[in-house]
Amino acid sequence: MKPNVRETIVSVIAVAIVAVLAGALWHVGVRMFDLPKILLPTPSEVIQAGWQRRGELYAASLVTFYTAAVSLLVAILLGSLLAIVFSQSRLLRRALFPYVVFLQTVPIVAIAPLLIIWSGYEFRTAVIATVIICLFPIVNNVTMGLQASRTEHRDLFRLYGASRLQTLMRLQVPTAIPYLLLGARVSSGLAVIGAIVAEFFVSNGAAYVGLGALMTRWQGLYQTDALIAALGMSTLVGLLLFAGVDWARRIFLNRYTELD
Amino acid sequence: MSEHAVSMQQATVQFSGGARAIDAVDLLVPTAQRLAIVGQSGCGKTTLLRVIAGLQELTDGRLRTDGWAADDQASISFVFQQPALLPWRRVINNVTLPLELRARKQWRDNLPRDKHTAAMAALSEVELSDVADRFPHQLSGGMKMRVSIARALVTEPQLLLLDEPFAALDDLLRTQLGSLVIQLWQTHQFTMVLVTHNIAEAIALSDRICVMHAGRIVADLSNPILPSQTDVRRTPAFAEFYGVVSDHLRAAVLS
Repeated sequence: MKPNVRETIVSVIAVAIVAVLAGALWHVGVRMFDLPKILLPTPSEVIQAGWQRRGELYAASLVTFYTAAVSLLVAILLGSLLAIVFSQSRLLRRALFPYVVFLQTVPIVAIAPLLIIWSGYEFRTAVIATVIICLFPIVNNVTMGLQASRTEHRDLFRLYGASRLQTLMRLQVPTAIPYLLLGARVSSGLAVIGAIVAEFFVSNGAAYVGLGALMTRWQGLYQTDALIAALGMSTLVGLLLFAGVDWARRIFLNRYTELD
Repeated sequence: MSEHAVSMQQATVQFSGGARAIDAVDLLVPTAQRLAIVGQSGCGKTTLLRVIAGLQELTDGRLRTDGWAADDQASISFVFQQPALLPWRRVINNVTLPLELRARKQWRDNLPRDKHTAAMAALSEVELSDVADRFPHQLSGGMKMRVSIARALVTEPQLLLLDEPFAALDDLLRTQLGSLVIQLWQTHQFTMVLVTHNIAEAIALSDRICVMHAGRIVADLSNPILPSQTDVRRTPAFAEFYGVVSDHLRAAVLS
């Protein structure tokens, strides 16, 4: 067995043991303090509720995954484009970068109602809100990556009379790709959070129902077991997106580095 | 082609703090000469090389190199201290890079039109044709440096600048790559300026040695040791000339 495969199996077993122990502790706690189901159901009740609503949960998870993935893709394209503009002009970078930081600090729950007024109870509104949340790590990392080329590489391009476009496309952009992929990894987690928070608001009147909408509905009905099941699914969606981005990163970087 | 590949008059580079990296240097490098510049770290030898390459501007004085003006560096190649290969490009694509960058000037520079063929020929000269499809991280340190030499050769330069190219390699590899450089010079007859702090390397690879100290050339010596495929380092003449260069360097430092 390859060492990598063995390590992965050991990691999975370790994570599973922690999950089983935490579940057992949770179960014992609920029984010991005789907590009502509406306040905190046992893990088995959560699993049961999730199984009963598996159709709804599966469909909503797909919607949330789709929203997060599309938003992440838009953030990658938009963020990279912004970073390229920043890399070409120090003045533009100074003028615009504070606004990107502003996007990072603005609470999405505060601007979500505004976005709904402007864009309606639409899928695109959820995407806009999610892009706002996951844009910053992309812009920040790609901007850093575009400026990270080594001195001797820059000298090489100068020596051979490279144009600005040649330097950008053949040196700066390839140098920035690992930075972009790291930023995308951070943003993948944020994208799921963003998608669910956006769905809290947007799904209210929309035709599609994501995990955020299910959570709002089940919270209103005090169906705590189903609510926790939806929470579990949202974690799974987050892990899936993160794993997808990380897989892409490894495939890409493995081509020309010694990354395992 | 003029008689001198490089002509420097009172060349000075002064940094904003007032320190002079090179100070009123006069230097003529005849075409096809192999010049080695030796000196301690920080003596200005790398700055001098960067000035010749057009990577560093003079704050005073004049520079003229054969075949190029400030906007036309057609015939210069540079081998850096590190191989400086682009890790995302395969070996062959690293070697074609200078041709790609100069493609827009090709009509003027008369560079080889078939990039791939030219790159394979350059790789063959450094005996690395069989690794053309590998990525740099799959090569040893010595192989990377040979690829970097192939990249410098692919434009068929008239002036080859080498900035301590073998500093990071072990002695055996240094000697092997030194022999390779001499072999390439014998084939192409380019003018060569080598910067090194290694006196033995300077003697083995050059026919003229300039000793630099504090931004100035303090000794200009003709190297009596002829390049040879056999190890010239074991001859008494080599030891004697080593002593001469070493004495000049020591005298400069002590003064």
